[in-house]
Amino acid sequence: MTAIVDYGVGNLFSLASSFGYIGEQAKLTSDAEEIRASDRIILPGVGAFADAAKKLEESGLAAVVCSEARAGKPLLGICLGMQMLFERSCEYGEHKGLGLIKGSVKPMRDVIPAELKIPQIGWNALKFHGEKSPLFKYINEGDFVYFVHSYYGADCEDSLIATAEYGADITAAVASGNVYGTQFHPEKSGEVGLSILRAFCEIGGRE
Amino acid sequence: MITKRIIPCLDVRNGRVVKGVNFLGLSDVSSPISLAKYYSDSGADELVFYDITASFEERALFTDILCEVARTIFIPLTVGGGINTLDDFDRVLKCGADKVSVNSGALRNPSLIYEAARRYGDQCVVLSVDAKRVDGSFRVFAKGGREDTGLDAIEWIKNGVASGAGEIVLNSIDTDGVKQGFDLEMLDAVCSAVNVPVIASGGAGRKEDFVTLFNSIPKVDAGLAASIFHFGEVEIKDLKQTLRSNGINVRV
Repeated sequence: MTAIVDYGVGNLFSLASSFGYIGEQAKLTSDAEEIRASDRIILPGVGAFADAAKKLEESGLAAVVCSEARAGKPLLGICLGMQMLFERSCEYGEHKGLGLIKGSVKPMRDVIPAELKIPQIGWNALKFHGEKSPLFKYINEGDFVYFVHSYYGADCEDSLIATAEYGADITAAVASGNVYGTQFHPEKSGEVGLSILRAFCEIGGRE
Repeated sequence: MITKRIIPCLDVRNGRVVKGVNFLGLSDVSSPISLAKYYSDSGADELVFYDITASFEERALFTDILCEVARTIFIPLTVGGGINTLDDFDRVLKCGADKVSVNSGALRNPSLIYEAARRYGDQCVVLSVDAKRVDGSFRVFAKGGREDTGLDAIEWIKNGVASGAGEIVLNSIDTDGVKQGFDLEMLDAVCSAVNVPVIASGGAGRKEDFVTLFNSIPKVDAGLAASIFHFGEVEIKDLKQTLRSNGINVRV
């Protein structure tokens, strides 16, 4: 069973539906025991970093997600959920992240030409980095995924597994061991996105 | 680089898809769910659902249909029509909508844009504007294009973006339903005034109209149309191939 962490931010209807569609059992939950009992964890998120990080912390689920991930359970952060995996964010002040992925979250405005619109809204092509990630088992480089964001994961070093070009190479996905993150929304990226979720469900956890 | 988007619009009334010519004379076309699935499979980048309902019962039927669509189609969904309050935002977002488009609701209560953007984020709030030329300027029209509000469209859109609208759908009443191409002059004026994505609506009659749109006004992000897609006059797959062979970056 996949636990989709429900900590009171964003709309999880499509995310939950996408698992149903690919035939994988998933449950929206804010229950620590259910998250511990799950085979893998999805950390969603939309909105502002500080607000979401605060809600995750106050719900007590930040600690649960971190301890499960450190024990080897596959974890996938999506959009703001990915950004929260980093060490810190500079979105409206400096905030601490979960620290599961090296790097920090910075405004795209600083690295892209002024004429490009912020947020980046729309479909962009993936460019793979390093060895092809198991997350991309069923897709190809150049496949399109759907982005909506104004900040990006910077200085992720070896954790970078994909970028998308938006005036600069912008972090599209990261991975460090069993911890994965996508800046884009796989649940809104058509067949390509569903294939990424399918691949995530096949990634083995602790043996 | 981010692609230009092609967006079919489904006007829904009584659980069915309809499309007006110059907003009048609606005719029933098809089931929203099968049409949405068809569009998604043929490469639509996003879908817009407009709820053209009058009664509470119809509204409930609309949200049921929206949930059903969101359970089977995994591309971005925008919902418009009858959005007057934050509760309306909540109602459609819970059914799987990603963005909510406001039009008359924002005209009646301009603070709706600000309040919704603050609660759900700018990316969630789409300002849809029906505009028409009156005495040499672009004027905002209300009530499905029947009533001149007296507002200058460019000023209204600038204010909307300043309040938090993350995207603009510009529907030109002058070109809507005429199928002679998008309103390039009006779009150019809007694109020069704001720096959020602008979606062109009204006037597409054939594939070449989209080529002209994206080539003439590179700042336009997306083209929206309804009847030409519903009646198969333009196939999205074919349209995207044409755009691509004309050097326009699209998802194929």
